[in-house]
Amino acid sequence: MADRRGYTGWGRTAPTVARPATAADPAQLAEVIEAARAAGRGLIARGLGRSYGDAAQNAGGTVLELTGFDDISSIAADGSVTCGAAVSIDSLLARTLPRGWFVPVTPGTRFVSLAGAVSADVHGKNHHRDGSLASHLSGLELVDGLGVHRSLTPADPLFWGVVGGMGLLGILTSVTLRLRPVRSGRLVVRTSRTRDLQDTMQVLAEADRQAPYTVAWVDCLAAGRRLGRGVVTAGTHSEDDGLDARPRQPLPLPAGLPGNLLNRHTVAAFNELYYRAARPGVARLPYWQYFYPLDALAGWNRLYGRAGFVQYQFVTADPADVEWVIAALRQHGAASFLAVLKRFGPGNPAPLSFPAAGWTLAVDIPAALPGLAGLLDRFDERIAAAGGRVYLAKDSRLGRAAFRAMYPRLPEWSSLRDQADPHRVFVSDLSRRLAL
Amino acid sequence: VIDSLGAPESVLVLGGTSEIGTALIEQFRTSGRLRRVVLAARPSALRDQLSSRLAGQLAEVRTVDFDATDLDRIGETMRACLDDADIDVVVIAAGVLPDNEEALRRPAVAVEAAQVNYVAAMAALLHAADALRRQGHGVLVVLSSVAAERPRAANFVYGSTKAGLDSVSRGLAEQLRGSGVTLLTVRPGFVRTRMTAGMAPAPFSTDPTTVARAIAENLRGPSRVIWVPGLLRWVMLALRAMPAAVFRRLPQ
Repeated sequence: MADRRGYTGWGRTAPTVARPATAADPAQLAEVIEAARAAGRGLIARGLGRSYGDAAQNAGGTVLELTGFDDISSIAADGSVTCGAAVSIDSLLARTLPRGWFVPVTPGTRFVSLAGAVSADVHGKNHHRDGSLASHLSGLELVDGLGVHRSLTPADPLFWGVVGGMGLLGILTSVTLRLRPVRSGRLVVRTSRTRDLQDTMQVLAEADRQAPYTVAWVDCLAAGRRLGRGVVTAGTHSEDDGLDARPRQPLPLPAGLPGNLLNRHTVAAFNELYYRAARPGVARLPYWQYFYPLDALAGWNRLYGRAGFVQYQFVTADPADVEWVIAALRQHGAASFLAVLKRFGPGNPAPLSFPAAGWTLAVDIPAALPGLAGLLDRFDERIAAAGGRVYLAKDSRLGRAAFRAMYPRLPEWSSLRDQADPHRVFVSDLSRRLAL
Repeated sequence: VIDSLGAPESVLVLGGTSEIGTALIEQFRTSGRLRRVVLAARPSALRDQLSSRLAGQLAEVRTVDFDATDLDRIGETMRACLDDADIDVVVIAAGVLPDNEEALRRPAVAVEAAQVNYVAAMAALLHAADALRRQGHGVLVVLSSVAAERPRAANFVYGSTKAGLDSVSRGLAEQLRGSGVTLLTVRPGFVRTRMTAGMAPAPFSTDPTTVARAIAENLRGPSRVIWVPGLLRWVMLALRAMPAAVFRRLPQ
């Protein structure tokens, strides 16, 4: 393995260089942890690199590339399955869906490791009904900062430090979760078009009462009264259609694309087309088309060119904040190719878990956009004042003070971390930036 | 670390009272992320004034005594600047502008300029590069000059010291590829500062704030050479290719 390697998150910003390491079993892991402690710049585990920002990189230190730990147990009658922490949702579904089991919660890509999913406490389109991933976990295996193997259940306080803890309490080696029984690999999806943001929110809230999976794509560039118009999709697992719904292999992104492919004009044109193409009505879609539309294009993050992009995702209880942010984005000329709105149900006991009752908006913005830093700082201020927060798995630029205002339970988490990792072996660029 | 939008948390300025260095600190401060500044400079009232002003604005301000003519102590000084915590940006801004006429009469003036602008700056740069390479991230900013490009009768002593530094800087930038560290070689035109006070501004003159802004805007991305103002890149391209007989006739 190369002596040093450059790492970035999915947004391809803020590259730093670290020593890569691997480990095949917990004993080797303990050695890697000890070596990283001796070398002085710490260690962070990296799964499939889908965090957008700097959560899975560690400048000058060690990055553990989680490649072993890929066993999947047999599925118990209640749907429980124990997986190596490096298992991806993609490979888990390939094993379990033919047997009639689906993952309880999935983010917008199936190419995440379970260790990463737990560490970010991921949510999906069913958060309003089923909560985040943590609600479906029954056990975690972890090697902590002292090299000690720990088995955690939701009854252990440390469990809730690991959930949403961004990998800073230890290296996860296995995850036990309860799967959801399904009869089909397809979903019945109802699509509606909305006129403006208020309409989008109303339709979304109504859909939440009927369907387990709901989400809205929002047009942040539509002018005037149409601002915030969107397409709401509400999905339910189909009762028939069979279980053989193997996903299509991702297509590679063509080489030699210009760097500024996603600009204000192309995105406005895309938004218009997408809005018009969304046929209101009911369709049956394979699960991968419904949950993972972007996985169809491998490396779509390269569309933003060399400068990369940031994703800003926040949650707030007040719908007026969402409207204000969308209006400010449009005024600034921030073309967001992807703007996704979703209503969250209540949060969970993890001090650093992101979801909380209210509205969450996620927008992708080219990092080179002039004035972006100041714009997002203004958003932070308003979101923090409203008791909301931004999602660390997406973040690459939050300031320390704003972070502390958004996550007031940080001291609780820090004391859990001090139990699991008293010497602060686990370090990432994110933990340095936010003084975690 | 420098965040995804190019805001650093910490900066070390060698030649800590230089106006470009000060302007750069101001520029970084506007992001609200800058927390720590290390000023390496000779003890002076100006240094104290600057550090106490910054102490009211930032979490941590340190001063380190740095004398560019004391070549034996540069390693020790750089360790004092860099050893206790990560530094995101290191600015090599120590420099003098010798009077070319005087240097012709007293070559010791030229020797001292070479020591400060080239020898000491190179030593400091190499120490800083080593520290940043170990931390796996960071940006080195080297203040070269447009005078490094083509020697002129009026200021070739200064020009040659900057040419030496410029060459080290660009070579080091190549050597640093893949290390996580990038290097900006900055070639301003005539900058209106204390150092140039009383001199008639040359064409394409600029000011410290403009230079600082150009540096801040290029903090992300690969190593590169920055001209300030940017038009100088093309002007100098033409001047470099110009026959000596024509070049000589240009206004000095």
